[in-house]
Amino acid sequence: MKQHVELRNHPIELYKFRMRLAISAGFVLVLFLLLYARFYYLQIIQQEHYHTLAEANRISIAPLVPYRGLISDRNGRILAQNYSAYTLEVVPSKIQDLEATLNELATIIEITPADRQRFNKLLKESKRFKSLPIRNRLTDVEIATFATNRYRFPGIEIKAQVYRQYPEKEMVSHVIGYISRINDQDLEQLESSGELHNYRGSHHIGKTGIEQSYEKQLHGVTGFEEVETDAAGRSIRVLSRTPPTPGNNLILTLDIGLQEVAEIAFSDRRGALVALDPNNGEVLAFVSKPGYDNNLFIGGIDQENWNLLNNSIDRPLNNRALRGVYPPGSTFKPFMALAALELGKRTPEYSMSDPGYFSLPGVSRRYRDWKPGGHGRVDLHKSLVVSCDTYYYSLANDLGIDNIHNFISQFGLGSKTGIDIEGEASGLLPSSAWKMRQHKQKWYAGDTISVSIGQGYNLTTPLQLAFATMLIANNGKAYLPRLVKQIQNSQTGEVQDIPAKLLYSLNLKPKNLEVVKNALVDVTRPGGTAAKAGTNADYTFAGKTGTSQVIAIKQGERYNEKLINERHRDHAMFIAYAPADDPKIALAILVENTGTGGSTAAPIARQVFDYFLLGKLPEMDLAHLIEPIKDHVHDHL
Amino acid sequence: MIEIRKIWHYLTRYVDSFLLAGILILMSIGLIVLYSATGGNVTRVSNQAVNILVALVIMWLVANIPLQQILRLAFPMYMLGLILLIGVALFGEINNGARRWLNIGVTRIQPSELMKIAIPLMMAWYFDKYEIALRLRDYLGATILLLLPVLLILRQPDLGTALLIAASGFYVLFLAGLSWRIIVGLVTAAAASLPILWSVMHDYQRQRIMTLFDPTQDPLGAGYHTIQSSIAIGSGGVVGKGWQNGTQTQLDFLPEQSTDFIFAVFSEEFGLIGNTVLLLLYLLVIGRCIAITANASTQFTRLISGSITLTFCTYIFVNIGMVSGILPIVGVPLPLISYGGTSMVTMLLGFGILMSIQTHPKLIKT
Repeated sequence: MKQHVELRNHPIELYKFRMRLAISAGFVLVLFLLLYARFYYLQIIQQEHYHTLAEANRISIAPLVPYRGLISDRNGRILAQNYSAYTLEVVPSKIQDLEATLNELATIIEITPADRQRFNKLLKESKRFKSLPIRNRLTDVEIATFATNRYRFPGIEIKAQVYRQYPEKEMVSHVIGYISRINDQDLEQLESSGELHNYRGSHHIGKTGIEQSYEKQLHGVTGFEEVETDAAGRSIRVLSRTPPTPGNNLILTLDIGLQEVAEIAFSDRRGALVALDPNNGEVLAFVSKPGYDNNLFIGGIDQENWNLLNNSIDRPLNNRALRGVYPPGSTFKPFMALAALELGKRTPEYSMSDPGYFSLPGVSRRYRDWKPGGHGRVDLHKSLVVSCDTYYYSLANDLGIDNIHNFISQFGLGSKTGIDIEGEASGLLPSSAWKMRQHKQKWYAGDTISVSIGQGYNLTTPLQLAFATMLIANNGKAYLPRLVKQIQNSQTGEVQDIPAKLLYSLNLKPKNLEVVKNALVDVTRPGGTAAKAGTNADYTFAGKTGTSQVIAIKQGERYNEKLINERHRDHAMFIAYAPADDPKIALAILVENTGTGGSTAAPIARQVFDYFLLGKLPEMDLAHLIEPIKDHVHDHL
Repeated sequence: MIEIRKIWHYLTRYVDSFLLAGILILMSIGLIVLYSATGGNVTRVSNQAVNILVALVIMWLVANIPLQQILRLAFPMYMLGLILLIGVALFGEINNGARRWLNIGVTRIQPSELMKIAIPLMMAWYFDKYEIALRLRDYLGATILLLLPVLLILRQPDLGTALLIAASGFYVLFLAGLSWRIIVGLVTAAAASLPILWSVMHDYQRQRIMTLFDPTQDPLGAGYHTIQSSIAIGSGGVVGKGWQNGTQTQLDFLPEQSTDFIFAVFSEEFGLIGNTVLLLLYLLVIGRCIAITANASTQFTRLISGSITLTFCTYIFVNIGMVSGILPIVGVPLPLISYGGTSMVTMLLGFGILMSIQTHPKLIKT
């Protein structure tokens, strides 16, 4: 060690190092002098020039904010639009006594305490030189009144502003989403994507739904003009102008008429409905109830309304169709049936005797059918028509969880469909590998039993169910669900179609599909679980009812709807497509806390089909179609 | 009373008071300018104050670690940084075209920031291991150590950070005695490779360089920054427009005025006199750092503190150079003044190392 140090600290070495250091120091000094020379140039030689630029005739580059693209449904009904209105704006730095001036202003134009409150909030957040709105949406009379009194209020001006508006309010609010003020997080995002300069002058950005996912299309390109302004910042003349390019218009796949019928059919119940065109994946209706008025969010939502929406037990802000995950219940059975046929575990002819329960070999525990006493002799067809649980319990045991998982995941259950709005939930289609990963536990045969009737670990979104139903309806063609049909250039009017995207095709035997599809038609006929909804239909439709459990019922206990808190009651599910022989629409319906699918969800499907296929509008009194909640008692596992 | 004196002694034992004073004055100026740049936003100023406090604590901790301990960290830190950079290249989050961040479950990190300290440490450690006169292949080895992370960062792509890290490594090579012939050769090669560099650059990087020559080309995009900051500095004149009275700043003509362009705010409001004071303060801090470097006792400490000092100078020059329009715009903050926690911590970590070098007993001085 000693020698090591001596060698290294040899005086010559040290001298050499210090020489190098001195050279570096000299170099740094030169660089600093270079900077100083630049300061001298800018601040002494060119000072006049820059002073002129900055003070006397400030040339400001004013951004010209583009019009945001419009959003309409497939028939041209407007869902999001812009309108111009006048606001009264204040530049605090130009006013001596702000309080007194505002009080004086209030004597000629109405300024509510809420206006003052919002203004004070903005005042705290902004610079003194910034122009801040004190009143929005002035009436013609108010504009005239202020114009005549303008001389009394230097520093206060009328400005034109463009506002976004959603004419349908609560309807389709989850799909359209809303725009709101650009916050710090948005700024960061814009900066890192290099788009910040395109947002100079923009105050709003899409936050949810189509408004968010198609922000790039909708926003447009910001233009700018060079304006000569005087020392007070007032513009004198425009020197040059590059006009903004308005955003593109979006034409959605949605049919608002259909959406309206569906929303009316829900009346005040909570739930979701997704309807797809099985020939191309276009989303025809996308309902999440209750909705909310997205107009509330545009200017920044006020605390009171926010609390109302955010704390509501009905959770209106939650997009149930996209993000709500529910056990699919018996709507899972058609896929189980297809798995049984395709994998050769059952034939259509095979039948079993249903005593009303199923037990695993060597285990005393009984898995019960929803119908006490059972359904008697049951084959595959009947198992779907009457929704026999026992048939699927025994089938599940023969298939095994991993066969079930591998086959049914082809229908998109338990994974995102890839729809063109953000925030989709993926749900869950369990497998033994998943359970090991997630719970560090091996898979038990008993777990498979509850999975087979769509309960247990199973979780799907209404969108996924609609997607899976589409695959049955169109014999296995997986089209990407799309909400935007066309993009229109708002300047040239040129319309660009977004083509249907076939993700993959399933290779299913036509014979097997036919067996299942025939059974689904019989579900809506006398003897089926949705017979009531199918009464006197002018077309054939296929469907499957389901009940999605909210709380687990203990072994041996009975589910009594009346005794259970309303929020803990089962969800009603229904999947369907029509017409059965040439499907034009496939859908999934969820109605929260209303019991069985046949009684509440299927009638909604009927009304949607009646409108879509026959143009029939629902009668406003729907009571005859929807059964009131009866004191019906049924069993659960 | 004695207790307090003891505690005071304990706290200041390993702190270089001259350096600390310089740093504190500069940071105070930073807070004052920030107040004006944000239009009197107290929240942002107090956020920055918290950043400063955290960075000071880290500096104090590092200053208390003897350099022998830090020496041991060099290799593991470098390897960790390298692994993380490879991780970024493979699994990094793509944030609109650039892959700079790595999600490690609890938080997202930017490994290139770690490299800013790891590179000088590693290279100084590397040269410290050689006892006799250095040969060409020793420099080649060091160059490879440097090029690996630099190329990885260049790929992200993050040209600014890659160049700064390359510079900090080059300073070690230079101070270790890299022969002049090679330096001249390198400079020539670099000049010759400029056209190649140009061809592999990303469009936004090219645009930044193009707008340096003609800022009016793109007045709303990249050129806007240069035009507006030049106006701010120039119109400040000799005495400046006064605190909180810079029109360029207050009317929002200046971009990123609390972070990378904060110097323009300072310059507009305090003028040439302010600039003179600021540069002198920086020179005082740099002078102290050079004195510490010159008196350091081992090759390792000399190289590390020399590299940290010169890197500090580079940051100042590059930032002020870009704000005053003589360098292209790369995202480099003004040390000790710009708003932001990461760069503050990295800077003070470096100063902590310098203080440790200065204040710990120089056991093996000859």
